[in-house]
Amino acid sequence: MAYSDKVLDHYENPRNVGVLDKDDPNVGTGMVGAPACGDVMRLQIQVSEEGIVEDAKFKTYGCGSAIASSSLVTEMVKGKTLDEVAEIKNATIAEELALPPVKIHCSVLAEDAIAAAIADIKAKREAQSSQKESA
Amino acid sequence: MSSLNIPIYLDYSATTPVDERVAAAMAECLTMQGNFGNPASRSHPFGWKAEEAVETARRNVAELIGAVPKEIVWTSGATESDNLAIKGAAEFNQKKGKHIITMKTEHKAVLDTCRQLERDGFEVTYMDPLENGLLDLEAFKKEIREDTTVVSIMHVNNEIGVIQDVAAIGAITREKGIIFHVDAAQSPGKVAIDVDAMNIDLLSLCAHKVYGPKGIGALYVRRKPRIRLEAQIHGGGHERGMRSGTLPTHQIVGMGESFRIAREEMAAENERMRALRDRLWDGVKDMEEIYLNGDLEQRIPGNLNISFNFVEGESLIMSLKDIAVSSGSACTSASLEPSYVLRAIGRNDELAHSSIRFTMGRYSTEEEVDFTITKVREAVEKLRELSPLWDMHKEGIDLDSVEWAHH
Repeated sequence: MAYSDKVLDHYENPRNVGVLDKDDPNVGTGMVGAPACGDVMRLQIQVSEEGIVEDAKFKTYGCGSAIASSSLVTEMVKGKTLDEVAEIKNATIAEELALPPVKIHCSVLAEDAIAAAIADIKAKREAQSSQKESA
Repeated sequence: MSSLNIPIYLDYSATTPVDERVAAAMAECLTMQGNFGNPASRSHPFGWKAEEAVETARRNVAELIGAVPKEIVWTSGATESDNLAIKGAAEFNQKKGKHIITMKTEHKAVLDTCRQLERDGFEVTYMDPLENGLLDLEAFKKEIREDTTVVSIMHVNNEIGVIQDVAAIGAITREKGIIFHVDAAQSPGKVAIDVDAMNIDLLSLCAHKVYGPKGIGALYVRRKPRIRLEAQIHGGGHERGMRSGTLPTHQIVGMGESFRIAREEMAAENERMRALRDRLWDGVKDMEEIYLNGDLEQRIPGNLNISFNFVEGESLIMSLKDIAVSSGSACTSASLEPSYVLRAIGRNDELAHSSIRFTMGRYSTEEEVDFTITKVREAVEKLRELSPLWDMHKEGIDLDSVEWAHH
């Protein structure tokens, strides 16, 4: 199967590979997929007090398209507000990378990873604010 | 590195290039000046000459497996041979019984043929292999019933290269009066076959795994005691009525020549393959978390099937773009199913997804193997740096204890 140039570029030069401190209150972590299915994505976003994504890191176990999808997502989320980030859909990722139909699930997984990371940071912030209120 | 031809071909179990000697023999059977006649034409020398070439090829194929030429039926390849053998024998003997035994690690040509027979009212037992890929003979004996008519077990597994003890299986089936079919697509030139000593009744062969052309194969059909088959392709009554259709002289000549060369060069070639295989294994075996799939001893030389844990097979293949290998992970299909062979020998989904099959052959060199070792080590290291599972493994997290969101 031939890969698109964009997939190859992200696969060969993945952007923002790495790990953020998952216990940092400003970091949201989303881990989706399962080893048995052949792909696991971990997306982490560092969010400012104002709700802007300042940094993003990923690590992915999966095929080239899964790696490229998560690499692309780390570029897309940076500088956006959480609401804007939540608007990123799998179709945009699939289109940008020219994924063939059998690889659409990779972009779906990337969208799931974004949603999971946002949910994590929101849960952390809610827990913080309720702590403040009770204090 | 200038002597290297990139990409390097290490997928000889998928198919082999045609040996130049074979190609030359084939080329002589095509044009007006060549041996183009129909081997079935009895009325002129064009036909006689073609028939002679076909019969020479038949002898060459028969000799490699210890058969007599009359026991060789030409087909289009091992898939057709498997269909003819299993359907043909099961259907012919259905008054005696309708039970078939095979293994879960068989090629799809056998498994899907058995599935079709199930739809036609036959009953099939699919045996689990032992962890080393071999058939459990004691368990096998227990599955044999009064109405078992056909047992189909492959000789050499296409994915993990393990060699079944067909002689031991044949001793059991012969004693019970059960027809024994062996899919030997991967065997010629790699492991000795003797249909009499092994008590094999039907044996599927093809040319394109042994430096012959694609599109030609054969089925060995035992004459003493005679095995009878229901024909699957009807027509002019060629091949003693078992397989009609004009014989493709050039293909048959190619197969015969490739089997002749295999017989003559097998010993030396196997020694060379074993050395290359050991060189590759020695070059990677110290890596962390890698697993050899299938028995190392009961295995053809030239095959290594390795799982690189925490690295997904398809991305590893993508990283090894200068090396042509195949993966047990079928992520390219919509099914996302890992290799059923690796699952059957007890590998979990992760390891099955992480496997690469390296198969070496006649044109493989030490330089190619050394290049492969370097590239594999680089690629695995790079992909593990990218793998969250590797991180978790390094942190001491048991991945089986994690609740994954299956999708």
